[in-house]
Amino acid sequence: MTAGIDLGQPQAQSVRSDEDVVRVRQLVRAVAVASKLSLVDQTKVVTAASELARNTLVYGGGGSVEVTVVDNGRRNGVQIVFADSGPGIADLDLAMTDGYTSGGGLGLGLSGSRRLVDEFQIETSAETGTRITVTKWSR
Amino acid sequence: MERVPILKIGDILLVSIQLDMSDQTAVQLQEDLAERIVDTGCHGVIIDITALDIVDSFVGRMLSTIASISKVLDAETVVVGMRPAVAITLVELGLSLNGIRTALNVERGMELIAAAHADELDYQLDDDSDAETATP
Repeated sequence: MTAGIDLGQPQAQSVRSDEDVVRVRQLVRAVAVASKLSLVDQTKVVTAASELARNTLVYGGGGSVEVTVVDNGRRNGVQIVFADSGPGIADLDLAMTDGYTSGGGLGLGLSGSRRLVDEFQIETSAETGTRITVTKWSR
Repeated sequence: MERVPILKIGDILLVSIQLDMSDQTAVQLQEDLAERIVDTGCHGVIIDITALDIVDSFVGRMLSTIASISKVLDAETVVVGMRPAVAITLVELGLSLNGIRTALNVERGMELIAAAHADELDYQLDDDSDAETATP
């Protein structure tokens, strides 16, 4: 299923259902393996992707995920963008706190996934929704 | 939606998760297991996650919930076969897996359940004869 991925191109996956969250995990894993991340780093980035894709679905009302192989001249890595046009995050500092949840979750999705990746950027507003970009570099 | 099979081996229910579960499949497993514990009267549940290449907060919470549900239904839950990379990631994510017993493999998990069940029986017997446990 993951054979034949063209790593030169960003890989897109829409997130509309539970099954799509599974597809995001599989896509991120395939790209992480192809960019030669270590097993632990693959596991971390796939776990982060799973948390964030679920947020896109549950809190953002669905959206899309784009996975790209990136290269900073010294190392390559995996960059993932999660975008939704939901209501945005009202209090970002609070949302980034361990254990805080506005839904029924454990409150580890945002704070936990930030710890699992190397770079984490978040843009959010009530008008444009939420866009989270994460990057994991190979060691 | 796919379903995770539950096998009965003696007094133990064995669940070997072999697929990348959707959240719905995970919730279904929780319900199926509770029913099977009551139907069979088993005193142990072993959840084998050898094949899982990640455990995120949703699956982690499912494991904790299963452990709590089975405790209420008089069964002990042991999670076995966690991969090292999964353990490292779980800790960094901040998931503590409260109330979950773990063992490295199915065999050790079965020993743990047998021991826990034996302790419980001893304890019930001790209640009737605590006079014999005099200190020297």
